[in-house]
Amino acid sequence: MTRNRTLTIGASCVIFSIFLALLSLIWTPYDPLEMNSELSLTGPSTAHWLGTDENGRDILSSIIVGSRATLMTGILAVIICMVIGTSVGIATSVAPKWVEMPAIFGIDIVLALPTVLFAIVLAAVYGPSTWTAVFAIGIALSASVAQVTRREVVVVLMADYVMAARASGCGTWRIVTKHILPNIRASLFVQASGACAIAILAESTLSYLGLGTTPPAPSWGRMMASFQQYLLINPIFPLWPGLAIVITVLGFNLLGDGLRESLDPTLRQSEK
Amino acid sequence: MRRLALLVMSLVVSSALVFLLLRLLPGDIAQAKLGIYGTPEALEQLRAEYNLDKSLPVQYFDWLSGAIRGDLGLSVLTGADITQELIAKSTLTLPLLGLASFFAVVIAVPLGMLAALRFRKWDGVATSVVSQLGIAVPTFWIGVILITIFAVRNQVFPSGGFPYEGWANFPGAISSLILPASTLALAQGAVLMRFARSATIDVIQQDYFRTARATGLSRLHALRIHGIRNAMVPVVSVLGMQISTLIVGAIIVESVFALPGVGQMLLQDVNVRDYTKVQGTVAATTAFVFVISFVIDLVLGILNPRTRQRA
Amino acid sequence: MLLEVRNLTIRFGSTTVVDNVSFDVNAGERLGIIGESGSGKTLTSLAVIGLLPETADVSGSVKFNGKELTNLSDRELSSIRGKHIGMVFQEPLTALNPLMRVGKQIAQPLRNHQGISLKEGMKRAIALCERVGLPDPDRIVRSYPHQLSGGQRQRIGLATALACSPALLIADEPTTALDVTVQKEVLKLMNDLVSQEGSALIFVSHDLPVVSSMTERVAVMQHGKIIELASVGTLFANATDDYSKMLIRTAQLSDDSFTRLTTGSAQ
Repeated sequence: MTRNRTLTIGASCVIFSIFLALLSLIWTPYDPLEMNSELSLTGPSTAHWLGTDENGRDILSSIIVGSRATLMTGILAVIICMVIGTSVGIATSVAPKWVEMPAIFGIDIVLALPTVLFAIVLAAVYGPSTWTAVFAIGIALSASVAQVTRREVVVVLMADYVMAARASGCGTWRIVTKHILPNIRASLFVQASGACAIAILAESTLSYLGLGTTPPAPSWGRMMASFQQYLLINPIFPLWPGLAIVITVLGFNLLGDGLRESLDPTLRQSEK
Repeated sequence: MRRLALLVMSLVVSSALVFLLLRLLPGDIAQAKLGIYGTPEALEQLRAEYNLDKSLPVQYFDWLSGAIRGDLGLSVLTGADITQELIAKSTLTLPLLGLASFFAVVIAVPLGMLAALRFRKWDGVATSVVSQLGIAVPTFWIGVILITIFAVRNQVFPSGGFPYEGWANFPGAISSLILPASTLALAQGAVLMRFARSATIDVIQQDYFRTARATGLSRLHALRIHGIRNAMVPVVSVLGMQISTLIVGAIIVESVFALPGVGQMLLQDVNVRDYTKVQGTVAATTAFVFVISFVIDLVLGILNPRTRQRA
Repeated sequence: MLLEVRNLTIRFGSTTVVDNVSFDVNAGERLGIIGESGSGKTLTSLAVIGLLPETADVSGSVKFNGKELTNLSDRELSSIRGKHIGMVFQEPLTALNPLMRVGKQIAQPLRNHQGISLKEGMKRAIALCERVGLPDPDRIVRSYPHQLSGGQRQRIGLATALACSPALLIADEPTTALDVTVQKEVLKLMNDLVSQEGSALIFVSHDLPVVSSMTERVAVMQHGKIIELASVGTLFANATDDYSKMLIRTAQLSDDSFTRLTTGSAQ
């Protein structure tokens, strides 16, 4: 495990972000909502390590608190997409043909509709908020989770021991719980990790566009959007939310890759 | 032929879905538009005009029959012809997409091949790292960075906007599209590069590559002759699969660079709740994605003679 | 002396797969290398043409026309491969690029080493196809590999390897993957071509009857070492090593014509 650099780097980044989120619950350098118009747009200083935004709010605190929205969206979206995706994936693999065909069709359709576009439409209907983002991303991602899960399940179903189980009268439900789930468990972790990365990227994009987390709750994407206006004054501002996003997303990506590497022999590789 | 049928069905189903979603909205469109001027007669008239008094399935079929003929109807809020607006804005978005795809392939394929060639050496590893970063970096950040470097620090390209005269001002138009297209290309290129790299590694391990080397071709030369075409296949197919991501990227990039294209229009319509317009735009976009995927499949068929024979 | 191999040792990590191998090949001479899979025979042949995998650790000397090959760069080796040393491989299906027309693949070494145009190259490819006994060469050069049979593809492989008339041809199990009926034809073709060109031949195989029908001298390899190196006649008459004896016996048991050959006179 120690030889797997990818895994360690990925895990460290993820832990860092989680740490920030947890930290924000108990302490931040300043209240991120506290406005102080005299300190508008100051650069990094000893008082404010990352500077202040246009309303004099401390950027570092905003970043720390922003991790909450990001991680929450990511984790919730992943829970949704994994639960739906895995169930649909498994169900359609063991279902009779006449159920399977339209289901595959349905999955393809959802797959074709881009995640963010779907979220935009949803935002049009229900108004922007963290929850629309979570919901939209979760649903959209569940399609690709379902697809990958199906591939994995098909492989397991072809194994000799499954056929033996079937032959000895093992019911479908038992096959699912006893054979399929344990064998795809590793792949599910990898998928969850990747899905989290995508979800976080999507959330930050949505909030950049103004369709995600609403003010005054700090959100990395929205911070970036507002800082863009002040590029001429100090181009360093967008760096902070940007770095935060990249570290988190990279963390989950590397975590997924690292998991896949270390679980390799028991995992059937599907082209990513 | 079967694929064509599947394509059409997918289009119908997805547009129906979008239609449903938008119609689930609370609130009365007619009321919203007329506001306090909404006398009962005026409301009736407006509803009739926009078919809002008919049942949902009928409304949908009306829309669909129009859409097939290219008529996406009128915007409920502004009365403008949706198809016209879409076409007008596409003159910006489509070239943007094309330019971005072109840049992406031009960046990804050589870099990917380089990464594969220098598998164990430092620049191979570095390229892999760069591609990993490229996937993790949000598109809008790339845009902001590019603006900072090329528009703010050194005024090489405009930091946003599109010339008022549109393509009549050709140099201005192109100049406005370079940074946005590059942003998209960098984001896409990172993904494509991984595929180009693994495809090239695959080629290098093939027997026919060994044969080519046995005839006296250097690794680079052999790659150029045998590798590129074979490596293109997965790259093109991934590009096809990424079309929807590219479109979303276009929406983002148009926002970052304040480009008045389809994406920008969509966002505005969403904000003012112009449902018919959103419906038309999303339907047209989905249709575009499907058509492009279809075209890509055709191209792949040409590239790979084995599938050509079967088709 | 066309080819001098001295103390060739190939290691992968801590495993030695070719151990202190030495042999010579003169111009126009034919040497067979026989052994079972894992004996190191293929790796030895790859070492001669310089196509060992990057992870291989090579020591010893391989001299071609007096020039040492083991310390040459890939660039320099590329000017020798195809032009002076040609190679035919075992699997005809995968040895050709599935996405490229066969004629173009034959013409490639000609264009590379002799700088001719594609048009000229295709003409020469057609001529080469005729030489290797392919009917309707015009159609063949425009075909893709999957449209041809295994025997046809291997003839293409021969045509490609011999395109620039190399002084040395290496053949690694060239007929093993072919049907028995086709094997004989391809072997005969190879025999004729190599004689016509006057090239030297290194024929690698696990099949003793085949090797002895194609070559004058044989090197028997086992576990990476050459355990016996002699002319075909001497080998059969006075095989000293138990392994060689076993090979001969096994071959005699399965092939009548081979028995006649070995109990009769050396040929």
